[in-house]
Amino acid sequence: MRTAFLALLRRDIYLSVRQEGGSGVALGFLLVVVSLLPFGVGPDLGLLRQLAPGLLWTALLLATLLTLDRLFISDYEDGLLELFMTASLPLELAVVAKAFSHWLTTTLPLAFAAPLFGIVLNLESIAVLPLIATMLIGGLTLSFVGTIGAALTLTLRRGGLLTAILILPFYIPVLIFGILSIDAALVGPLSFGVPFMILVSMALCAMSLTPFAAAAALRSALE
Amino acid sequence: MVFLRLTNPNLFLRFVDLFFPWLAAAAGLCLCGGLYFSFMSPPDYQQGELVRIIYVHVPMAWLSMGCYFLIAVSALGTLVWRHPLADVSIRAAAPVGAVFTALTLVTGSIWALPTWGVPWVWDARLTSVLILFFLYLGLIALSHAIEDLRRSGRAVAILALVGLINLPIIKFSVNWWSTLHQPASLIRSGGPSLHPDMLRPLLMMALGFSLVFVLLYLMRMRNEILYRRVTSLRQMQARLQASPGTLPDVFGEVL
Repeated sequence: MRTAFLALLRRDIYLSVRQEGGSGVALGFLLVVVSLLPFGVGPDLGLLRQLAPGLLWTALLLATLLTLDRLFISDYEDGLLELFMTASLPLELAVVAKAFSHWLTTTLPLAFAAPLFGIVLNLESIAVLPLIATMLIGGLTLSFVGTIGAALTLTLRRGGLLTAILILPFYIPVLIFGILSIDAALVGPLSFGVPFMILVSMALCAMSLTPFAAAAALRSALE
Repeated sequence: MVFLRLTNPNLFLRFVDLFFPWLAAAAGLCLCGGLYFSFMSPPDYQQGELVRIIYVHVPMAWLSMGCYFLIAVSALGTLVWRHPLADVSIRAAAPVGAVFTALTLVTGSIWALPTWGVPWVWDARLTSVLILFFLYLGLIALSHAIEDLRRSGRAVAILALVGLINLPIIKFSVNWWSTLHQPASLIRSGGPSLHPDMLRPLLMMALGFSLVFVLLYLMRMRNEILYRRVTSLRQMQARLQASPGTLPDVFGEVL
């Protein structure tokens, strides 16, 4: 079971790194957002410094939404998902592998690239570590909750927008506590740990509960 | 266990036809009485006449959450017992719940503009109700997107159960975070903090709006059942025309 899990994880990571449209899309998206914003709100450095963490977080959220639909779709089209149903690896664990590889190829590069892009947004240097930490932890929730949306809209021809609508309500709290943590680290009065722990607990709940919902959705889609 | 027998669609339709006029009359009576007492109740010592919007806003807010609870229970019915009426129930309740949630937000904004000075603030209670509204929209969108009825029923039920996590967040948002929105004044330790003169119209309006909700819900359920029957009859007719003489065994496939 462990070898199957690791093999699936490795395969998904290879696929998204070597294929066009994997983690490159997420990074390119971040580049587009970051380079457009200063023209949208004006080049005022003080304003950009205030907006920077929220903007980078929103970009992570949108990049996750953009890449969600490729979670299951290619496996569905070539029939691999039906093999998963009969494999010794439980479908729930296959979902965990999918979500984890999505996190590794989307959130991980974005979280470490975000401070670099933050330089042109005049991001404060004390915000860098909180930004990376909240993105890494919050991104786990985003990827795991995202599997539910991707699974529910699997068989639809144009499920991309619908996935975004279904998943949006669950992403809002993650964004709220991600930004709250960074704000707490920057200006207080709360200590960074308080909202960050809530972010961590959301990630833990998502990791332990969402695979069951996503697997149930996959089963009903493949029935 | 009389209610268990209502899970038979035929009995359910007869029940709706029988009780519909009585429910409608009771709803009208409650709303008229509630409106009368709403305008007879004394104005608030701080908010003056503005306080009267509570008699619409609070029942709407209760019902928007109650409706989601109803959907979640129906979702269990779909996933655990695979009962077709449970699926019909989700489909019937979701748009009604969405409208009640929208009305909660709108009446809240109308109330907030003169009292808080702004129509909208991003505090915990308001944000979580907005999220509830988005959840309703997601349920409606998903139920329309998947054509196969049984599969869409399952998908919607899964989404409904996942969204249930929002209900306790809405309820306790005013206690967990310090917000602009006032905390609960009715169901709390130490009894309601509302004066009886204001409590009476509020409860009457709440009962009236609940009855309106039940009416809309039952009407939509009846429509959905009839619609499904018409659809399956049409499909049967088409199959008979395609290959005459063979009576397909799909009658009542969905309901």
